[in-house]
Amino acid sequence: MVKIEFLGPIGKAPVEMDAKSLADVAQKLKEDEQIKAWLPKCAVALNDTMVSDLSTPLKDGDRISILPPVCGG
Amino acid sequence: MMELYDGPLDVKEIFGRWLDEEAASNYGAYIPFVGTIRAEDGIEALSFDIYEPVLKAWFDAWQRRALERGAVVKMAHSIGDVPVHTSSYVSAVFSPKRRVALELIEEFVEDFKANAPIWKYDVKNGERIYAEDRSTPMDGAGLLQ
Repeated sequence: MVKIEFLGPIGKAPVEMDAKSLADVAQKLKEDEQIKAWLPKCAVALNDTMVSDLSTPLKDGDRISILPPVCGG
Repeated sequence: MMELYDGPLDVKEIFGRWLDEEAASNYGAYIPFVGTIRAEDGIEALSFDIYEPVLKAWFDAWQRRALERGAVVKMAHSIGDVPVHTSSYVSAVFSPKRRVALELIEEFVEDFKANAPIWKYDVKNGERIYAEDRSTPMDGAGLLQ
């Protein structure tokens, strides 16, 4: 199982799922209409490191963060 | 050095302390930046969420980039509500000569706006409203779409 956290304004509780890669996570998250709308605008971190490859393999216990558009300062 | 505070920043204390910290470091230039909350659109305050682990990684990468140019970057940011006319963000660059500091402060502040994992909300009538129209997707956004 991997854990998905939705940061900032997304306002959704973390979910757990079976996934072997980020592509699996993408497929499952798109089944949630609320989250699907956020995905084109969101960046992704795996265990607190930003990632850019959908084929990134996942292992049991991994933590994936969904980061919506930012505005610091 | 990265510092996070609940509520508005004590700008004078932070800048004074940073000046003292580098007093003997032989830097010829110290360029501070202050972000102050403006009264506009009827807001009482801005409010901020921060994801600290990714912010720390982002800042550490900038610290390394600055070091390669002989410079040091520092920043402080607020978490939670920050009333109008107070400050939520300060940063500074110290470098041996002014040119590097002038360039770095611009690059650092612009990348901060684009990629630091901080979310801003307007506070109106005590309600927090995500500042969606002023927010920017981070580098790599859309990976899971």
